[in-house]
Amino acid sequence: MDITNSLYEGRLVRLGPIDHEQDPPLVARWTRDALFRSVLGGVARPLSAEAVRRQLQKVEKQMEETKNLFHFTIRARADNRLVGLARIFWIDFHNGTGVLNLGVGDPSDRRRGYGSDALNLLLRFAFDELNLHRLSVWPTADNLPFIKMVGKAGFEEEARRREASFHDGSYWDVLHLGLLRSQWEQSL
Amino acid sequence: MSSNLFEGQLVRLSSEDPPVMAEAFARWNQNSEYFRLLDSDPAHLWSTNKFKEWLEKDLDSALPGNLLFSIRTLEKDTLIGFVAFDGINWADRDSYVAIGIGEQDFWGKGFGTDAMRLMLRYAFTELNLHRVSLNVYSYNLRGIHSYEKCGFKHEGRIREFVLRDGQRSDMLHMGILRDDWDKLELK
Repeated sequence: MDITNSLYEGRLVRLGPIDHEQDPPLVARWTRDALFRSVLGGVARPLSAEAVRRQLQKVEKQMEETKNLFHFTIRARADNRLVGLARIFWIDFHNGTGVLNLGVGDPSDRRRGYGSDALNLLLRFAFDELNLHRLSVWPTADNLPFIKMVGKAGFEEEARRREASFHDGSYWDVLHLGLLRSQWEQSL
Repeated sequence: MSSNLFEGQLVRLSSEDPPVMAEAFARWNQNSEYFRLLDSDPAHLWSTNKFKEWLEKDLDSALPGNLLFSIRTLEKDTLIGFVAFDGINWADRDSYVAIGIGEQDFWGKGFGTDAMRLMLRYAFTELNLHRVSLNVYSYNLRGIHSYEKCGFKHEGRIREFVLRDGQRSDMLHMGILRDDWDKLELK
């Protein structure tokens, strides 16, 4: 145990809280790209800054009330700029399980290592702070960059729910990939 | 199968006033084996009043994301269990289904299978879903066998998902597509 080793500081990014003043306009801009649906969940639609502000307030309220959700902002360490969002949700402390999702908002910020760096922090948070036994991710089969990223971190395909998502005019499989605590420990 | 969507060979799908269903749920949950087959939450003894409160709230919800049916036998009209679409995803045309036969005398006799077949017909011919999904714990062999008979296919296994009596079990994903169901009906 080394409590001086920060849970939130990565190589390129840091995990932070929501900034209810500064974040909403930026997140609203990301929602103009339907691809961002995979991060917020649900049906893709452009959201106004005010709509995002309320959604983020709701998220924080839910964190306070249910205790089974941890929501993070991902910020570039260089200038503290918001680059993405992440959450560990559906946490079941009694069985030690949870689901993870994260996304980098601006297309020009993708493929620069921010996601992988944030993922490493989130795994450590899930296993060393939340003490989970396992984690899941649920990408649709067309989300290849995300599948590749979590594969590198050790996630294995456990289930393939056939044609369980419909978007962009077709049905897509929904993958369930899992990482056990023991596998994560070995990978360190 | 009868041409009535809600009537099978052994059971019919029905609906109960909240006090009737609440009394049954509270009673069935006192059988911890029943609860542990059904759910990965810690077994919990809720009162009849609490169930009634939840059921009454559902009566007022406008757009159905959940559809709950009671299961009654055709022979004596006995209330033996429930089956529900638990979170219908209209955009993806997918829903999870949950089923529980609370009256233990009716386990292993085809009542649940009959009810599930009715649910699938309802899902594909009335709700126009594209697929129906379910989760089942690896120790629920009776459940798995019943779902296979209804046409559900195995789609994967979530490792070490449930911890009970100090032992970890997997959770299985099963699913049936409209196409799978059509082929069964043609046979």
